[in-house]
Amino acid sequence: MDDFLLRALIGGLLVALVAAPFGVFVVWRRLAYFGDTLAHSALLGVALSFLFDMNLTFGVISICLLVAVLLFLLQRRPMLATDTLLGILAHASLALGLVALSLLESVRVDLMAYLFGDILAINNADLIWIAVIGVGGLLVLGWLWNDLLRITVHEDMARIEGVRVDAVKLAFVCLLALLVAVMMKVVGLVLVTALFIIPAAAARRLAHTPETMAAVAAGIGCLAVIGGLSSSSRWDTPAGPSIVLVAALLFVLLYGLPLRRR
Amino acid sequence: MSLEQSPEILLGVANVSLRIRQIDILQGVDLQVRAGEVVTLIGPNGAGKTTLVRTALGLQQPTTGVIYRREGLRIGYLPQRFHVDPVLPMPVRRFLRLGGGAPADLTATLAEVGAADLLDAALQELSGGELQRVLLARTLLRVPELLVLDEPAQGVDMHGQVELFSLLDRVRRQRGCAVLMISHDLHLVMAATGRVVCLNRHVCCTGSPAAVTRNPAFIELFGEEAARTLAVYAHDQEHKH
Repeated sequence: MDDFLLRALIGGLLVALVAAPFGVFVVWRRLAYFGDTLAHSALLGVALSFLFDMNLTFGVISICLLVAVLLFLLQRRPMLATDTLLGILAHASLALGLVALSLLESVRVDLMAYLFGDILAINNADLIWIAVIGVGGLLVLGWLWNDLLRITVHEDMARIEGVRVDAVKLAFVCLLALLVAVMMKVVGLVLVTALFIIPAAAARRLAHTPETMAAVAAGIGCLAVIGGLSSSSRWDTPAGPSIVLVAALLFVLLYGLPLRRR
Repeated sequence: MSLEQSPEILLGVANVSLRIRQIDILQGVDLQVRAGEVVTLIGPNGAGKTTLVRTALGLQQPTTGVIYRREGLRIGYLPQRFHVDPVLPMPVRRFLRLGGGAPADLTATLAEVGAADLLDAALQELSGGELQRVLLARTLLRVPELLVLDEPAQGVDMHGQVELFSLLDRVRRQRGCAVLMISHDLHLVMAATGRVVCLNRHVCCTGSPAAVTRNPAFIELFGEEAARTLAVYAHDQEHKH
């Protein structure tokens, strides 16, 4: 196997494994739109990184974190419905990112690579970012897991029982922001949310507990990465979209199958 | 007015008012729940019953007034609405463990509330009555000192309601915990309650069920007919002593 393909495979599998336990919460807590908003704002991070000559991942992480905190604060004092608020933030930041990038005359930016990912161009430094943020994110998520589940089941009940609801929710959206920043490299910012929600939604079909749903989602995500990369190397299809497409096919397959009802 | 800081008092609000967008939701409300006591909040729709309970629990910030909860008070809360999205797979067994209570015998606690066979059912498959029992079992695993129930009989059929209230009464006596309950089902509540607080944004009247049903403010709020019918239930209870 070529080196670049091996790196792509390792990066993709890492992302799939890390995205799964976050993805189930994105699905349970109805945060799909939120993931999209983070991803769209990532382009602004890309633009700023070029503008100030910063490390790209660092720039993207900073902007994503900023948007996550902003949204968390706006949601506490709702003036508009959350989906409207998210739509405004997502598209305003995406537009700002596009405009900012076009103003950077000195650098030519391969926009497609950011929009749809460039998993085949992953280098060792990217792999280290993904591994460090991924493992760190998983550790923190593991620590928050039970509290997050309690909040998801019933927020008031969790609060009365002493769960620090706001702190846990804020920590979760910040983790999500970190993850989006590293996942963008693999499937691009347009498709990041797909990698969260499609394996998780597909896994629901086979899972009877929250934990098995996360594990099955991880498996489905890995299959999607392997399938997508195979298709990409065999038929020269774009890698990021191919991964998402395989995940979607697995979803259709699982929901099409007649399952024994418990 | 300030709250009397007696160790007896588990939960209390003093002179609590809440005003949202120029509308008075609560006006100068006092409420106290002492250890082992059963307090029932009654009142018409929109009287602010749920809001008062949420305020006492710290879920809602009052505009003015004092809230008191005894330090480290363990509260078991059964909310008015409890809905878990079907996309979250949650068997009863896992749900019971989620409370972070003592690693007690789940089966025994479920049996205590008459739901022993539900251990492996999915939360979303339960009927209204079954769900209330499972929720109660979960709060019991956390060994509550105070049970807060917001219309526990909602979505439970008539026969189930009678069973549910007798279950609640039995559990409370066995566990010796205090109960703060909101209920519409006056006739079911009257017999099992120690003190009734009749709320209509402010406290109209409060006292034993018998006293409250004779109170003019109560009669005005619920009508002569209801008051007379309920007085019978309350009267029955007095004769038990």
